Amino acid sequence: MKEILLNKSGKKIILLGNEAVCRGAIEAGVDFVSTYPGTPASEIGNTFWQIKEDFKKINPKFHFEFSTNEKVAMEAAAGAAISGFKSLVAMKNFGLNVASDFLCTLMYSGIEGSMVIFVADDPSCWSSAQSEQNTRFYSLMAHIPTLEPSEPQEFKDFTKFAFNLSAQFKIPVMIRSTTRASHQSGPVTLGEIPNSKFQIPKFVKDPKKFSTMPPRVLEMKKELFEKIEKIKKQFEKSNLNKIIYGNSREKLGILTSGVSFLYVMEALKKLNLKLPVLKLGFIYPLPERKILNFLKKLKSVLIVEELEPYLEREIAILAKKENLKIKIFGKGEKIEGGRIWKERKAILPQIGELKPEYVEIAISKILNKKPSFNYQLHLKKFEKLKIPARPPILCPGCPYWAVVNAIKKVVDLQKVIFGGEIGCYMLFSHKVINLQDYLYCMGSSTSIAHGISKTSKQKVITFIGDSSFFHAGIPALINTVFNQSNPLIIILENQTTAMTGHQPHPGVGDGRVVKVEEIVRACGIKNVKVIDQVKNPEEFEKGLKEFLEKDEASVIIARHICALLEKKKKT
Amino acid sequence: MKKDFNLIIVGVGGQGQITLLRILEEAALAENKDFKGSELHGLSQRGGSVEVHFRMGKNILSPLVSQGDADLILALEMQESLRSLYYASPKTQFLLNKLIIPIPGENIVPEDQIINSIKNFTKKIEIVEASKICKEKFQKEVLAGVYLLGYAQKRKLLPLRKESLEEGIKKVVPEKYLVENLEALKLSQS
Repeated sequence: MKEILLNKSGKKIILLGNEAVCRGAIEAGVDFVSTYPGTPASEIGNTFWQIKEDFKKINPKFHFEFSTNEKVAMEAAAGAAISGFKSLVAMKNFGLNVASDFLCTLMYSGIEGSMVIFVADDPSCWSSAQSEQNTRFYSLMAHIPTLEPSEPQEFKDFTKFAFNLSAQFKIPVMIRSTTRASHQSGPVTLGEIPNSKFQIPKFVKDPKKFSTMPPRVLEMKKELFEKIEKIKKQFEKSNLNKIIYGNSREKLGILTSGVSFLYVMEALKKLNLKLPVLKLGFIYPLPERKILNFLKKLKSVLIVEELEPYLEREIAILAKKENLKIKIFGKGEKIEGGRIWKERKAILPQIGELKPEYVEIAISKILNKKPSFNYQLHLKKFEKLKIPARPPILCPGCPYWAVVNAIKKVVDLQKVIFGGEIGCYMLFSHKVINLQDYLYCMGSSTSIAHGISKTSKQKVITFIGDSSFFHAGIPALINTVFNQSNPLIIILENQTTAMTGHQPHPGVGDGRVVKVEEIVRACGIKNVKVIDQVKNPEEFEKGLKEFLEKDEASVIIARHICALLEKKKKT
Repeated sequence: MKKDFNLIIVGVGGQGQITLLRILEEAALAENKDFKGSELHGLSQRGGSVEVHFRMGKNILSPLVSQGDADLILALEMQESLRSLYYASPKTQFLLNKLIIPIPGENIVPEDQIINSIKNFTKKIEIVEASKICKEKFQKEVLAGVYLLGYAQKRKLLPLRKESLEEGIKKVVPEKYLVENLEALKLSQS
């Protein structure tokens, strides 16, 4: 039995932030978990994938799946939740973009059982190409109650709380994390795993509940707003919003949440200061009275958060509404007309993750105090060093090397444009490979190629992995047929979702396998080849040459198992 | 322990940094200390630089070690020690595994140049032939990490008991690799 399933209340075990979310869900009695793998959220799926059989012995209703993409995962989790079950869906930041179409609607209807949505952002783009997206703005747009835990113990406790809140108000609840919070490990004190109830809920027909047809949809919006107002009232009293050094007479206070809170406390420890700190457990809806009461005692407040200012904007609006004279320190951007921001200086970055020393420097700057260490001098010394970068590269023995080698041998690299996609093959951007002229999001390589080939008439070779193909590649492929363009699409089929830790996908699942070539043909593509590029490099080269001449879209499926997975399977 | 203990382990993806972090955490848990670890997954693997943080003490807040605040830096690869100088100051002790893994498309930074750069930050430098020793004894370079942990413990640079490290290894390392890991630890103590 895995340690995460131990039913020993009070025992301490070591968990990553993400693993603690799983434990929280287990302690809440979760019935249904769905996800599409994406780092920094991957461990949620990986954990349930490993323990699903053991957990079924505790909760026979339990179902876990890797869904084809995040939208599908969220819809599936909602299906369980509107039938009265407890569901959890997990994804990385960009996954929420994919699922947002559904999320904004689901909030209107709410759910029956309970539903928790876990989303992890990646400040500094440690594991994410694409962008440094700040998911917190979705909370405002979709009106989804959102929690931000700081450390592993809170990840577990907040998740359990989120399930209860969701059940109480029949509304999905989001837990928003960041890389450093999710990939932080520490001791977690376990709670009890409940005995599963044998009663099985059912979907109950009710035309007023889940069908968002006008004019009912506007009533639903009103009901959503009413729920949020009630939740806000509850949040005002909740002890998940904590004040530290509340008796301090200092006139500078700090408002923060998530992993930034830990940096704040570290900085105060280093500076030997006891400034009042309001740590928000909820970032939507904000406990406005609690915040105002905190601010009223202060002359100035430093808002510590990562990426673009979310809390800072909300607090500035709140202060303005209440006519509160308080100086707000935070990010550098001028907002809301700029007038009240005149005296303000940017002291925390909007780009890149925070570090404890950034917060210490910010506090020192405001208070005109010396930091505990000469960070500036040290940084100057450090920046003088010449350190060769060691970016990741395709593994030794990776079957993609054979694709790279064949292309370099037979394709005019100057003339042809190479379209990238999210997966291990985005490492084609490495300077020793250099086969990536653009890279955006999952599913985009082929649709962008279509736009290029329809206008500039340049030839484009696009890459897409098998898991990405199932995720978002199919509509783009159909579009090349429907609207007639001629990219050469290379589907890199390594029979796994390699980059995020070898999760299965529909092409290799335990159940019925969906064959990539059958889908490709069914989409209307006439030129299709399936080649093992490692075993038959010459055939692969020949295929490339032949298809580059075609006036219509063509597909080569490069089928060879991921080298790491092959090794794993053997041992 | 009066002060927090701050450790950084740097190296290249695949050298086992995350396993080492887990061993340290289990050892700290066994001694009833508070601790936090920080690691990165995904893009940072695949042969790229990997850096993990381990902090231990009475009440650990930040999972990240602050700039210049490392007590000990274990470099599993020598060139990677340069990147870790962000965390180094005169109080920092370096233990360097005598190993260079070339970076595709880059020239190798020679050992003396690396040492000179470190000397600008701290004088406390020790080179350990961990990879070489583990290759000779066990035909397995990846054991260098555990060897280095054990070595740090023996040199009193790591405030954890040997028995706790042993316990950590037993909890973290899969059964079939357990004996060699325990032997590497034992060897580092001799």
